[in-house]
Amino acid sequence: MMKQFSQRLLGPVTLVLLALTIWLGLWVTPPDKIQGQLARLVYVHPSVAWVALYVSFGTATIASALYLWRRTRSMTMDRIAHCAMEVSVVFILLTLITGSIWGRPTWGVWWAWDARLTSTAIMAVLELGYLALRRANDDPMLRARRSAVFAILAAINVPIIHFSVDWWKTLHQGATVFTANRTLLIHGIQAWTLLISFVGFTLLFFWFLRARYRLEVRRESQSQVQLDEALLARQREGAVP
Amino acid sequence: VIHVALLVAAKDLRVELRSRVLLWQVVPFGVMALLLCGLALGPAHAGNSSAGPGLFYLVILLVVLLMVNRSQAIERSSGTRSSVATLGLDPAGVFLGKSLALAVELWATGLLLWGGAVLVLHTALHGSLVALPSIVVTLGALAAAGTLYGALTGGADTTATLLPMLALPAFAPLLIAGERSFSDALHGGGLWQWWVIVVVALVAYLGVGILLYGVLEES
Repeated sequence: MMKQFSQRLLGPVTLVLLALTIWLGLWVTPPDKIQGQLARLVYVHPSVAWVALYVSFGTATIASALYLWRRTRSMTMDRIAHCAMEVSVVFILLTLITGSIWGRPTWGVWWAWDARLTSTAIMAVLELGYLALRRANDDPMLRARRSAVFAILAAINVPIIHFSVDWWKTLHQGATVFTANRTLLIHGIQAWTLLISFVGFTLLFFWFLRARYRLEVRRESQSQVQLDEALLARQREGAVP
Repeated sequence: VIHVALLVAAKDLRVELRSRVLLWQVVPFGVMALLLCGLALGPAHAGNSSAGPGLFYLVILLVVLLMVNRSQAIERSSGTRSSVATLGLDPAGVFLGKSLALAVELWATGLLLWGGAVLVLHTALHGSLVALPSIVVTLGALAAAGTLYGALTGGADTTATLLPMLALPAFAPLLIAGERSFSDALHGGGLWQWWVIVVVALVAYLGVGILLYGVLEES
C-alpha cells in the first residue's frame, strides 16, 4: 500500500497540495492588518524551515544513527542519510532566502545578526560541510562512518536553532503557530492553508528523497559496471601475448 | 579508560615537547595574529578593551585549527594508526587522551595569548583574571570538539581545507559563549548563562567522542 502510494500517488498528491497552498495563500486568505501582503510568506517560510530542520535533517540524523548501530548498519542507511542531507541543503537555503525576502521590508535589512538567522546559517554551512566530507573520502565504508558521525555532531545545532528565539532576545519572532502552552495562534482559513502547506512541503521532501535515492542507486550500479569493464579491459591487455 | 587516556596524553605531549612545533610555530603564529588584530583595528580602536575578548577568541580559533592538524599529523605517519590499533586500546581512552593533550597545549597557548590581550588590546587585568576559569572550560570544549573533527577529517587528501570548513561552524557557539563570558567578566556582569552553553557543549562533545571515536578509528 505504502509502496504503491510512493510510486504512483506521491508526486500528484504533492503537486495538488502545493497548488492548493498557492491558491489559498495568494487569493483566498486575507492580507494581514499590519504587514499586508507580506504576511503571505507565512504559508511558505515556516513549512520550508520545518522540512529543512526537522524532517530532512531529522531523517539524515536518524539514518546516520542507524548506520552507526551495528544491528542496522547497511549502505541503504548511508544512502538515505546522504540523499536526505542533500535535500535538506536545498530546503535550508530556501529557508534563508524566504526569510531574507521577509526581513528586507520588515526589518529594513536583508540580513541581521539575529540568533535564529545566525544559527540557521551555521546549520547550512554544516550541511554543506557534510557533503564536502563525503566527497573527500573515496572508501565507501570510511565515508559512511565519518559522515554519519558528522551528521550526529551537527544535530547538536538543531535544539540551539529551535530554542534560540526563547534563549536570546531576537529580532526573529517567537512561535508562530502555537504558544508555549500549546494555544493555537492562527485560525480559520489561515490555519488550514498553513496546515496544507506543511503537509505539501513534507510530501515534497519525501518525493525528492525517493527520486534522489533511486538516482544514487543507479549511479552506484553504473560505477560498478564501469569498474568491472575497466578490470576486464585490463585483464584482456594482460592476456595479449 | 583513564589509564589509557593518561598514556595517550603523555605520548602526545612528549612528542610535542620533543618536536617543539607548538613553541616555534603555533605560539609565534598566535602572537602575530593578535598583533595583526591590533593593527587592523588601528591605534584609535586597538586600546578599546571591548574588542579584546572577541579578538582573543578569534585568534584562539585559528590556533586550534593548527593544533588539531598537528595532533592528527602525529598519527598520520606510516604505520602509527595500525600499530596503535593492534595495541587494542580503548577508543574512548584514546579520545580522552588526545583531547587532554590538546587541552593542555591550548591552555598553555591560551595563557600566553591572554597575557597578549591584556598587554596589546588593553583588556582590564582584574576582569581578565575573573574570565580565566571560563577561558579554561571553553578551551577544554574546543579541545574535545577539535579532536573529534580532527579524527573526522584525518587522512583525507583535503584535510587542510576540510577541517576549517567542518570545524569552524561547530566552534561558532563556543566562540560566542566564550566571548560573551569574557566580556561579562570585564564589565562585571553575570557569567552563568554563557557558562551553561560552554559546559553543555563540553559534556556533549566528550559524550559523543567517548561513544563514537571508536567508529572513526575502525579499519
